[in-house]
Amino acid sequence: MRTVFEKSRAGREGVWQEKPAASASDFIPAGLLRGREANLPSLSELDVVRHFTRLSRLNFGVDANFYPLGSCTMKYNPKFTEVVANLPGFARLHPLAPQLCVAAKWCQGSLEVIYETERLLCEITGMDAFTLHPMAGAHGELTGALIIAAYHADRGNKKTKILCPDSAHGTNPASAAIAGFEVVSVASRDGIVDPEALAAALDDSVAAVMLTCPNTLGLFERHLPKIVDMIHDAGALLYYDGANLNAILGKMRPGDAGFDVMHVNLHKTFATPHGGGGPGSGPVGVSAALAPYLPISRVVKDEEGLYYLDYDYPKSIGYVAPLYGNFGVILKAYAYILRLGREGLIRVSEQAVLAANYLRVRLESCLDIPYNRICMHEFVASAEKSAQATGVRALDLAKALLDRGHHAPTIYFPLIVKEAVMIEPTETESKDTLDLFVEDLQRIAAQAEHAPEEVKAAPRAMPVGRLDETKAARDMVLTADLAPAR
Amino acid sequence: MPYIPHTPEEVREMLQSVGVANVEELFADIPRELRPASFDLPPGMTEMGVRDRLEALAAKNRIDFVSFLGAGFYDHYVPSAVDALASRGEFYTAYTPYQAEASQGTLQAIFEFQTAVCRLFGMDVANASVYDGGTAIYEALMMAVRQTKRATALICETVSPIYRTMLATFTEKLGLTLTTVPHADGLTDFTAFEAALDSRCAAVVVQNPNFFGAVQDYAALFAKAKSLGALSIASAYPVMASLLATPRSMGADICVAEGQSLGLPLSFGGPYLGVMTCTKELARQMPGRIVGRTADANGRTGYVLTLQAREQHIRRQKATSNICSNQALCALRVLIHLCLLGDEGLRRQALNSVEKAHYAAQRLTAIPGVRLLNDAPFANEFTVVLPGTALESCSNLMRWQYVPGFPLTRYYPGLENALVVCCTEKHRLSDIDTLADMIGALQ
Repeated sequence: MRTVFEKSRAGREGVWQEKPAASASDFIPAGLLRGREANLPSLSELDVVRHFTRLSRLNFGVDANFYPLGSCTMKYNPKFTEVVANLPGFARLHPLAPQLCVAAKWCQGSLEVIYETERLLCEITGMDAFTLHPMAGAHGELTGALIIAAYHADRGNKKTKILCPDSAHGTNPASAAIAGFEVVSVASRDGIVDPEALAAALDDSVAAVMLTCPNTLGLFERHLPKIVDMIHDAGALLYYDGANLNAILGKMRPGDAGFDVMHVNLHKTFATPHGGGGPGSGPVGVSAALAPYLPISRVVKDEEGLYYLDYDYPKSIGYVAPLYGNFGVILKAYAYILRLGREGLIRVSEQAVLAANYLRVRLESCLDIPYNRICMHEFVASAEKSAQATGVRALDLAKALLDRGHHAPTIYFPLIVKEAVMIEPTETESKDTLDLFVEDLQRIAAQAEHAPEEVKAAPRAMPVGRLDETKAARDMVLTADLAPAR
Repeated sequence: MPYIPHTPEEVREMLQSVGVANVEELFADIPRELRPASFDLPPGMTEMGVRDRLEALAAKNRIDFVSFLGAGFYDHYVPSAVDALASRGEFYTAYTPYQAEASQGTLQAIFEFQTAVCRLFGMDVANASVYDGGTAIYEALMMAVRQTKRATALICETVSPIYRTMLATFTEKLGLTLTTVPHADGLTDFTAFEAALDSRCAAVVVQNPNFFGAVQDYAALFAKAKSLGALSIASAYPVMASLLATPRSMGADICVAEGQSLGLPLSFGGPYLGVMTCTKELARQMPGRIVGRTADANGRTGYVLTLQAREQHIRRQKATSNICSNQALCALRVLIHLCLLGDEGLRRQALNSVEKAHYAAQRLTAIPGVRLLNDAPFANEFTVVLPGTALESCSNLMRWQYVPGFPLTRYYPGLENALVVCCTEKHRLSDIDTLADMIGALQ
């Protein structure tokens, strides 16, 4: 499809405003003004509407397709939460309003939403305090790592390392490194953390261990009670990566289990839309011992029931966000939690886990599942055998699924499974959808055996065939104005 | 149960297939001692009930003020088509376009976004956005540190203090020494800046128009930085970029911006987006997601995420940044907004705002005892010095449903009487007259 810039026609009128009476040089010296226009497109409103409507049709999304992208929790995003987030009372409030004196009075609604969401997250996770400032999971991890650093520094502890299992999300080691820690990888055994490998890596220099539980293989860390004690005995803290919190709502709370710091991905567990890559939201919860280090500002409630922003936390790590986080996303998660309530949230995890196990069992005849036992909300299959036998790799299966109208699972992650195919159905998909996915995957697996070239030629029903990623990286055509690099 | 479609019969069938008697058996791996001490949440509510509750909360926020508050977050008009298009489920219920063939809508839109913001700032390369304008400055600093392999940087005190306080949290951990060069009456002090610049410096960071609203020429500073091997980072206001000399034309290597003013609601601080653009020499230092153009086997043009070797899911602790999620939907809104307005629409939006701000400055400075903080050119925002404290004037005017601007006291001790006043095309001249009358009446 042509770019929006190619559709531009000089002189065509878009959504213009009143013609200014003056020119810019009446106010600002000509030397400080731009020489020529930016060359944004000139289009009618219909041109723009049609361009983006057509672009939208080139996308798969949860609204139109099953989207079992493991680890990403692509569940249904309720429509009413969009309406709630767009209420003018919320959408039109200036973020600096509470900084004007007496003005916290005009922000009571938004401050109450933040306060109440923090309280609900505390109860859901068993942590003692939350900040909603981090704007994505990785931002939450970084915030958590900074809190861990501040906690140890405050006690004069010389701690330089953070341990991450080899099954961890890539953001864990990246966030720990950015917070200034040396990252050490711990090998898994039988798909879960090996207490012996952990013991070998644990020493005085370890500040924290970052765990995802259930882990990225969809398996619960069965040695958790033992692991928690080992880590605390070594004087280290335990970080809970909440990417998979949607598997354990009402079944386990990280705070009760002994985790000291955690983040929650509101865009996963609490159904806020993923937006093609964001915005997300990654609130961080901590135990009481770590609460003094939380970022500022914090929302507090006074004796009269009024909410205000408090900046007076001398041990705080400071600001991790300019304002109060992705407030619009927080609103949607708050509305979702209120809508589902206690029983609904428990059901979310139960049905997500049941759906994953149902798919696992139904697919075990056509896919190799390296850790084939009761899983949590997702499981990881492997296309290694078919890759060796017929050359049909995880990537090929993924593309063939697109042709049948299903978004592909996550592939090639976690790194500890070769040719990984990571499937997360979520609780919002009906059994009919799951059955159709199974049948389609079975057909693809059969085709992979007798006509592997057909599978390798997928996708055929998409707007484009398989795209040449090497060419993209070599040419580096990153805007419509850049010619291919030589 | 809302959003969970399985009937009791289907649940039975699924349990049977799995070979367990009940759902609880699926959680047998969670040891008994780890079961929750409590899960004391309220019962679920109907959709109508939640909406009522949220509408009541929204009504507790007061938005019926005539506000001259800007300070980095601006209330410009957003055409209705932005909401209509960005709220299409095909866009907002998709995720990061890992499967390129099923995500050409998102990918082409990001490619067009990258093109549009590069054209606006005169740069070559952009990414798909980061969390916000402050994070964009931080990531730009990290680009400079990696590129120059130096560990000190200079930032002007006229850069948004809201961003500077946040930068302090991150740079401290990274062994980066970020030195603030003091402002002089709300202006970048070039003499002090050039005196502080040396060959250990990775980058200089400025903002134009600056936090006080002043527009300055940074070409000489950027040239000096370049001669010492430092990169120049400019933070811009995208609406005003349609009028002002581009950061590139002044010699900036990296231009970043808070993109909120291009089609996003204020929404109490987010979601917004950090726009990041740079010269092509720095492309490989750019963090986050980047979309590139390529082709399929039949030569059809398509778009993919590219240069992924920089990213955390490949490089883990050696990645250029830990960023995974971006603000893609916000970037889509910005692109749609720019396409609807075009050069002429954006220029009109900017110029109407500038014209109103200059009218406001004229009205306010006609009041005895009220003066501008400096005589530098400004766009749609300027700083006035009042005879009394700005906070007090603010509280007085708020009684009459007016917010006269942003008092600088909190961030700039010594400027207790200074107020940053912002106008956009949405203000009426009569609102400005009333503002001036009320401030006049306070004296």
